[in-house]
Amino acid sequence: MTFDPQVEQEAAAILARYPEKRSALLPFLHLVQREQGYLSPATMEEVARRLHLHPVEVLEVATFYSWFNLKPVGKHRLQVCQNLSCTLRGAERIIGTLKEELRIGEGETSPDGLFTLQRVECLASCGSAPVMQVNDEYHENLSPESVRALLTRWRAAAR
Amino acid sequence: MPTHEKILLKNMERPGYGGTLPEYLAVGGYEAVRNVLGKVPPAEVIERVKRSGLRGRGGAGFPTGLKWGFVPKDSGLPRYLLCNADESEPGTFKDRQLIERDPHQLLEGIILAAYAIGCHRSYVYIRGELVYGASVLTRALHEAATQGFLGQSVLGSGYDLTITLHRGAGAYICGEETALIESLEGKKGMPRIRPPFPAVRGLYQSPTVVNNVETLCNLPHILTRGPEWYAAIGTEKSKGTRIFSVSGHVSRPGNYELPLSVTLRELLLEHAGGVSDGRALKAVIPGGASSPVLTPQHLDVGMDFESLAAAGSMGGSGGVIVMAEGTCMVQVGEVVARFFHHESCGQCTQCREGTAWLHKVLARIERGGGRREDLDLLLDVCDNMTGKTICVLSDAAALPIASYLRYFRDEFEAHVRERRCPLAA
Repeated sequence: MTFDPQVEQEAAAILARYPEKRSALLPFLHLVQREQGYLSPATMEEVARRLHLHPVEVLEVATFYSWFNLKPVGKHRLQVCQNLSCTLRGAERIIGTLKEELRIGEGETSPDGLFTLQRVECLASCGSAPVMQVNDEYHENLSPESVRALLTRWRAAAR
Repeated sequence: MPTHEKILLKNMERPGYGGTLPEYLAVGGYEAVRNVLGKVPPAEVIERVKRSGLRGRGGAGFPTGLKWGFVPKDSGLPRYLLCNADESEPGTFKDRQLIERDPHQLLEGIILAAYAIGCHRSYVYIRGELVYGASVLTRALHEAATQGFLGQSVLGSGYDLTITLHRGAGAYICGEETALIESLEGKKGMPRIRPPFPAVRGLYQSPTVVNNVETLCNLPHILTRGPEWYAAIGTEKSKGTRIFSVSGHVSRPGNYELPLSVTLRELLLEHAGGVSDGRALKAVIPGGASSPVLTPQHLDVGMDFESLAAAGSMGGSGGVIVMAEGTCMVQVGEVVARFFHHESCGQCTQCREGTAWLHKVLARIERGGGRREDLDLLLDVCDNMTGKTICVLSDAAALPIASYLRYFRDEFEAHVRERRCPLAA
């Protein structure tokens, strides 16, 4: 398997940063997930080959960390914090609003492929609760209204 | 409201301050690096940090200079300094602000700490979710390297240092220093049995120091203004200021940097504006979700490490979560237990099984299926989880749950008796 030249270049730069090859595993997985949206079995095997690891060693790392997707996700991965400060500030209402608007359950992707809804533990943004992370971006001080407005914006942008 | 000089948040609160290298230099940034590298012997830097009384801000509160002093000088192995930026303790959000708003303050702290322990290769382990923070740090690292603050012979001092940013991937346990090391080595973040301690055998089996972001940010100020200046702030054993992250049912949530001599009452009422919507205070978690809960009777407790321990809780990470009257403490327990269950690495039976039991039983009580014997069962499970595992995640789960039962047992009993949550809307 080959990655596109830009990714290959980044992969080489990652490997050069560590005295021991295996340390490049998390950065490598970040890189391929950024490019492909999730970690497929074939991708993980390729990463294993390059780092001289057994594929199961890559799988056990990929499943240990919550950031990695082991199956395809929607264009917008909605990760709503369900920890204490967010719960005290109405996280369940945010999750309820999203379920109602998207007509999907937790862990599911909307039929149009735009949204995947997930619950996550503390996002280290408790002072601006309730919070959700959408791909790389934080959205803070959420209300059901602001969540609906975000969905409208993303849906319009996808048209 | 009493005013206090801010140290770590001072720059970022200047109007228009964006945290770039020119802006940091304009407020005296990197002065400590200029004055220390190649001019003050590393052993003297360690002495000064010991004299300042600085204690780690990541959770344990261990004296920083003492930790550095454990690194052997003659192992013949490379030494590593790891910056722990894996901020994940519920209630805590200070490191994120320090990274995003004043990244060079952190880099200067890392350079000083690395110089003190004789490290030439340092890693910042940043939480994977903090994508923006990682981009800010990447830019700052580039700026610092371009201007000679990193790389070969920093500022012509003859001292070489490389700092590499390493993103974690969403696992709370990686904030534990030996789990962080395992993760940085490309493995599952499972804590190691100690001894050997990381200072002797850490990353790649080499001497390693792991310091929290806030701890490191204090160093430029201590080394520029002197350990005596720093030691004069705070209390006899808890020196300096601390950033308290205040959240939950509070009028003005946010990060407050205050001397460690501040009381919970001052922090909550004078600085954070008291409980939101004029409600009465029910409970406060003073040091992140791992810390046992306090009640209004504890409002005059000092927020220093010793006073909080004497009150039956702990300073922990400085994350203060406020709960107003009307909050269901069984639900709080369920949320906290769910978190630790989710984040247990699964290595130790007491933690893996104990956190699962706590969550399962608390969820059952909250949903009206609780049994009378459940309350003693919870305490029994907590008792079997403390002091029996490789790391303290198990204790971190058990101690707060036991504290909720201690102070709010009648509420748990009401759930069982009425077979529902009496506080549910």
